Amino acid sequence: MIDFKEKFVNRRKLIKLFATGVAAALAPFAAKESDAKIDWEEYFQKHFKLMTKEEKEKLVKRLEQKYKEKYKKEFKVKISDAMQNVEFGYALNLSKCIGCRRCVYACVKENNLSRKPQIQYIRVLRMKNGEFDVEKSEHYYEPALVPEPGYFYFPVQCQQCKKAPCVKACPIKATWTEPDGIVVVDYNWCIGCKYCMSACPYFGRRFNRGEPVIPENEINTTVHYLGNRPRPMNVVEKCTFCIQRSREGKYPACLEACPVGARKFGNLLDPEDEIRQVIDNKRVFIFKQDLNTIPRFYYFFHD
Amino acid sequence: MLRKTKLLFLLFLFLFVYKNVFAKKEYPVPYPPLSPGIFPCMNCHEGLERNKKKRALKEMHQNIKIENHGDRWCYDCHDERNLDRLKLSNGEYVKFQESYRLCGQCHGNVYNDWQKGIHGKRIGNWKGEKQYLLCVHCHDPHSPRFKAMKPEPAPVRPDKATTH
Repeated sequence: MIDFKEKFVNRRKLIKLFATGVAAALAPFAAKESDAKIDWEEYFQKHFKLMTKEEKEKLVKRLEQKYKEKYKKEFKVKISDAMQNVEFGYALNLSKCIGCRRCVYACVKENNLSRKPQIQYIRVLRMKNGEFDVEKSEHYYEPALVPEPGYFYFPVQCQQCKKAPCVKACPIKATWTEPDGIVVVDYNWCIGCKYCMSACPYFGRRFNRGEPVIPENEINTTVHYLGNRPRPMNVVEKCTFCIQRSREGKYPACLEACPVGARKFGNLLDPEDEIRQVIDNKRVFIFKQDLNTIPRFYYFFHD
Repeated sequence: MLRKTKLLFLLFLFLFVYKNVFAKKEYPVPYPPLSPGIFPCMNCHEGLERNKKKRALKEMHQNIKIENHGDRWCYDCHDERNLDRLKLSNGEYVKFQESYRLCGQCHGNVYNDWQKGIHGKRIGNWKGEKQYLLCVHCHDPHSPRFKAMKPEPAPVRPDKATTH
């Protein structure tokens, strides 16, 4: 009779032996021995949510070393947890938005987005006055001056849904909703299957088709593991309300870049907060309400 | 002894009432965007005669034109005796740092929304210290309508993008 247990253990050992052999064979191709070690550890990394505190600290050290070797700069990788009694919300005043795309480029810079191939989290749709048809909207508009008469502008980014279809679609739980309402991706766990992108009705996610290119002098070295750290190729990435800023109490970068003050951000659970003032006092709507995704991103028209 | 206690009590009562009723709330605002070298105004205007006639300014302040702001002229807002401060319609004087009170005289609804954070822009922290930008940081008080600006470049069309 075959001893299954023994056979299984043997096979495991064999795989392990084989993997070590492959790593040893590949080691000369890596630039440095430390690189090979980093890649090796990254390959066998646990899911971020299942890591213990010690493992996370080790991970931070490893990433900081990796980025230092790759970008020749000192990085600060944060793994800060969600604050207690905080649920983030965002509101955007469509009467004020002039479609200048300052937010788009502030986001690109803050979040270390790839310049080539180009990735942008925010897309500004231009719509005709009196019409609200996404199909007929234009986001490649390029006039000499904005706002153009007869149009209004409708910026769309990740809506941080309460019932996020992208989270449901992920086959490996690489994306989830944090307690403060931010939908995040573990970029080391993502396999790049893009199911979440198909599930998202807002075009809130982007795929890294190539190795991200970031100009050396524009790299943001204050990063969060779940946020703006330099992403590897072939993963899906998304807006996180600038998790590296918002979890420290700061406003997101897009809000501070807006020249007309159309963007509002804050804690939905605090009745005194400006986001609640908007929702409680103004008529707000959510985008594609009929899909029942319940976004935490609100739009309003108000002078 | 009793008299002293009474006095002390009255003092506290006065402070309490003053703090809650009379003292106006101040907002954390950055320094107003005055043109460099222009302040204090009285450095030049001291001893100059005030000309209240509406006219195109020729010798100084040529860049100031009252547009889209109704039938206004300098001394509707600037205090004619001391130009380093502004004057409310009730005769109260306010500093340039508190110009929101001046704007709020007519734009009451907007002032209300600005205090709550619905109108206007705040920078800094959503939790903790933040700065409320003044009305004049975004709106030129002499010509308050927003000027059109050049947009940042449009995203690259997918058919024109190269992967590598």
